[in-house]
Amino acid sequence: MADSQKSKAAASLQKQRDSLASPRGTGSQGPKLEPGKSPLAHILTKLGHGVTDRLWRLGFAAHFFVAVLLNSGTALRRFQLTIREIYFSGTLSIIIILVSGLFVGMVLGLQGYDTLERYGSSEALGVLVALSLVRELGPVVAGLLFASRAGAAITAEIGLMKATEQISAMEMMAVNPIARVVAPRFWAGVISMPLLAALFSAMGIFGGYLVGVRLIGVDAGSFWSQMQATVDFREDILNGVIKSFVFGILISWIAVFEGYDADPTAEGVSRATTRTVVTSSLSILAADFILTAFMFRGS
Amino acid sequence: MMNRATLDLWVGLFVAIGLGSLLFLALKVGNLSFASGGETYQLQAKFDNIGGLKVRGAVKSAGVVVGRVSQIHLDPEAFVAVVTMHVDNRYKFPRDTFATINTSGLLGEQYIGFDVGGDAEMLKDGDTVKKTQSAVVLEKLISQFMFDKAAGDGGNAKK
Repeated sequence: MADSQKSKAAASLQKQRDSLASPRGTGSQGPKLEPGKSPLAHILTKLGHGVTDRLWRLGFAAHFFVAVLLNSGTALRRFQLTIREIYFSGTLSIIIILVSGLFVGMVLGLQGYDTLERYGSSEALGVLVALSLVRELGPVVAGLLFASRAGAAITAEIGLMKATEQISAMEMMAVNPIARVVAPRFWAGVISMPLLAALFSAMGIFGGYLVGVRLIGVDAGSFWSQMQATVDFREDILNGVIKSFVFGILISWIAVFEGYDADPTAEGVSRATTRTVVTSSLSILAADFILTAFMFRGS
Repeated sequence: MMNRATLDLWVGLFVAIGLGSLLFLALKVGNLSFASGGETYQLQAKFDNIGGLKVRGAVKSAGVVVGRVSQIHLDPEAFVAVVTMHVDNRYKFPRDTFATINTSGLLGEQYIGFDVGGDAEMLKDGDTVKKTQSAVVLEKLISQFMFDKAAGDGGNAKK
């Protein structure tokens, strides 16, 4: 049973390496300008090459995602592997999440009070702070921080393992690197992200409370009661958790993929790390728009 | 490398803090108690005009939130708004309860208020609240006031 699983995993690994090798080798430098061709054809060829290259990369990323899911048995059975990664990407991110959550909440308190005061409804400050944090800022900002703090580290680690041929060494020893190295990091990110986002929101609301109630002097009773009357558990909080969960999957997926796909050189690893931060930040924002459109439309 | 027990401790701490803040959000911010005590019954009420009432708006009696608006649609024959509400099972109201659409504050949200009547029979699941009063539309009120004022002035001028 275990043997057949291992051989299957090895086969899928082999297939991955084949698909990684074949189309890439043909010309990552772009097509050469043939003397008989017109400039227009040349431009079109270049465009087509760019498009197919990106599509191929997307397809490979999807293929890789499925491979990670299929090979996550080890990460979940030997959970100690995942716990170690949760320590690195989750526990060590607590400080940055706490501090930035506090400051974002305090700024929201100040700015929100300034605007609400003009309409004489400064008691709604609690609602404003809580809704903007729980629905949007918590998942999104925590996601951006997580992508640059933990995602970049995951990419750099896996990329460097590839550059120093540790990944190849594992394959030599018939250890599946996707199961042993990639999947634990992926699941650690997926588990950590919702917790960090909740922590960010809670801390932000505390920051808003500090500034609004303690510093400016909004009535504490109406601050909390209006918040509780407006914020709905399923509609607001649960949707925020779903958002952060989706962002966790996106960030971890992009981070492990970029690391695994990095060119095994110092420059390649640095480029892959940059790409992780850029791509995951952009996809967080895009996914946030799509999720928001589905969750909060016309309610 | 850190030893295993220390690692577990730190991760446990992290997960506990994360779940704790989720709990804080659910209980202190989101006021979960009402949503999870989800035993509700359904009432309907017809209004000529619902103003700015929205789905998920509050249903209040004596200022206490007793339910939520779950659905609003237009009756295609009578051209009146039909509002469906989910009211908490703990609260029963007499059959002659009066449903009005009120505004909290000058610019606040609109909600449905129940003025309780004296009937011995209580409203059951699926019942319709017979006596309703529509929302006060500020523009109508103002224009009515203006017309009255203009008419009054005209009368004065004649005298």
